[in-house]
Amino acid sequence: MRGFLKHRLFWPLVILVALLALNLFFTDNFFKVQMKEGHLYGSLIDIVRFGAPLILVSLGMTLVIATSGIDLSVGSVVAIAGALACLRISDLSDQKSVSGVLGAVGLALVLSVVLGAWNGFLVAGIGIQPIIATLILMVAGRGLAQLITDGQITTVNSSPYKLIGGGYWLTLPFGIIIVAVVLALTAFLTRRLALGLLIESVGGNAEASRLAGISARGVLITVYAFCGLCAGIAGLMISSNVSSADGNNAGLWIELDAILAVVIGGTSLAGGRFSLSGTVLGALIIQTLTTTIYSIGVPPETTLLFKALVVTVVCLIQSPAFRAKVFQRRMRPVEARPATEEKVRVSA
Amino acid sequence: MTSITGLPGLHRTVPQKYIPVLVTAGLFVAMFVAGGIRYENFATGQIILNVFIDNAFLLVVAVGMTFVILTGGIDLSVGSVVALSTMIAASLLKDGWPALGVIVLVLVIGAVLGLGMGAIIHYFEIQPFIVTLAGMFLARGLCYTISTDSIPIENETFTAIAQTRIGLGGDLSVSPSALIAVVVVLIAAFVLHYTRLGRNVYATGGSEQSALLMGLSVARTKISVYTISGFCSALGGLLFAFYSLSGYGLGAVGMELDAIAAVVIGGTLLTGGSGYLLGTVLGVLVLGLIQTIISFEGTLSSWWTKIFIGVLLFAFILLQRLFLGGSRR
Repeated sequence: MRGFLKHRLFWPLVILVALLALNLFFTDNFFKVQMKEGHLYGSLIDIVRFGAPLILVSLGMTLVIATSGIDLSVGSVVAIAGALACLRISDLSDQKSVSGVLGAVGLALVLSVVLGAWNGFLVAGIGIQPIIATLILMVAGRGLAQLITDGQITTVNSSPYKLIGGGYWLTLPFGIIIVAVVLALTAFLTRRLALGLLIESVGGNAEASRLAGISARGVLITVYAFCGLCAGIAGLMISSNVSSADGNNAGLWIELDAILAVVIGGTSLAGGRFSLSGTVLGALIIQTLTTTIYSIGVPPETTLLFKALVVTVVCLIQSPAFRAKVFQRRMRPVEARPATEEKVRVSA
Repeated sequence: MTSITGLPGLHRTVPQKYIPVLVTAGLFVAMFVAGGIRYENFATGQIILNVFIDNAFLLVVAVGMTFVILTGGIDLSVGSVVALSTMIAASLLKDGWPALGVIVLVLVIGAVLGLGMGAIIHYFEIQPFIVTLAGMFLARGLCYTISTDSIPIENETFTAIAQTRIGLGGDLSVSPSALIAVVVVLIAAFVLHYTRLGRNVYATGGSEQSALLMGLSVARTKISVYTISGFCSALGGLLFAFYSLSGYGLGAVGMELDAIAAVVIGGTLLTGGSGYLLGTVLGVLVLGLIQTIISFEGTLSSWWTKIFIGVLLFAFILLQRLFLGGSRR
């Protein structure tokens, strides 16, 4: 029991269950999932479906944060990917041609990877702090996205493109399938192969890993490129769902939500270890929170207040210092706490 | 934190710690001269004063941000606190509150918000990034709770301040807001360089551990800087209210990025412990001048501003890396 309580996914899971349970009282048939015309419908499915872009972005962010970095530019990459894909598709003579759409999607994803690799190059090649390195693309990227769409909202009318964010395949929303595939691939690459270990080691101490023979630079660039790719896919989903690209507002503040999801999921911003399942939980908590706010009838104006409250509570509960100060006074002092996850900074 | 490597030629003539500020100053002058050659009526003193007038609020916010960044923290809530301040001011003035009471109340609210965030950051050891992010949501949420519409300000004191222009001799004039911003900068520079708090800020940013071992009051310093930042954001919000004569919950979105960009372009290291307030002032001026040039150019679309700021950020960070060698982390 104690081990269960101490598990780092315990608190996120409790919060998710609590949020879902809250919905049970306010929404009829909240947990009901039904088949309609061969598609699965239901509130739970909707939460995963609308949360899909956030889960994707958060996955990339998890790996970046595990290297003790951060990527602020994902929101801009989301906007750029959507803008480029929509621009290419709107230029096609036949917007419904599958090959044309595939070409546009491929081009947008390649650009996302390049943008991510650029971040990685700034961090690993030049040695700029991640928060500033990605701030550059965050600021300039919004401008680039608007440049691509010429400041307009580009709309497309393409059924193959619509599939990515709004379509169904094998009874499931296509977005959920994409997320499942990316999640499975990431989990395989990082937990079955050595990549995850390398990432954590670079996050623990980049200089020490380099001396131990790990190509820290290569790992960093790969991780940032992967984060860019995830953001690009999320951007395609978001723009495909509404069949248009808005350089100004697409993916606005998604980087903050993603970082929150990662932190709620128990991955420390100090780097050195990460939890993919925690991140998925965190992203689901944020999406469930949004759904809950609507379903229990909190006026939309106070959505952000509610969010701020939940974020504060979640972070406080997870803070070892807070738990030590508040809970341990009542409980008997536990025998010597295991060394908290503090990272010893070794200056290079 | 700063290592001693760098360009040897420059190193001998100018103390290395001033180089980032000098580069920013050089850039500002170069942009001004280039603008003067390219456009008519550009190279006048009023253009620079206008940059001050149009960016008075950003300058005040960036001053608060400089304190926070010098301790190695970050404050993402400033833009929302600015918007919240304009909203509170506008809605209370509409209800007939006296102007002075509103101003005092807004400043107190800003400082208390900052104090709260600082206390959480320090006592519960949560990253500043996350705490101020929650603060950003909170302040923005409070804005929408007050109203989702723009509220005009018709108070006489506020409109008087907004319309007054103080002549500086010749054709030059500034707004009271710009003067307030300059006064804030002077006070902040004094605090940073000539008081115990200022020394503590640099020491905490240089190495929190060492500062603690030296017996400095790290707790008070860290909480103070967030309080100062909250206060500056509230003051910036008041100046923004003078400037726009309305309160709007969607206003000042992304101002935290402008403030951070100004601080970085001004040569302050985001890891803390190194940087000058003068650099921040120059950073704000450079950002303002970019906007002026783009408006003079006429044919350039607004998004070019963002791209230019991005390019500038990149150039400056690259420069810092070249000049300051191994100042990583």
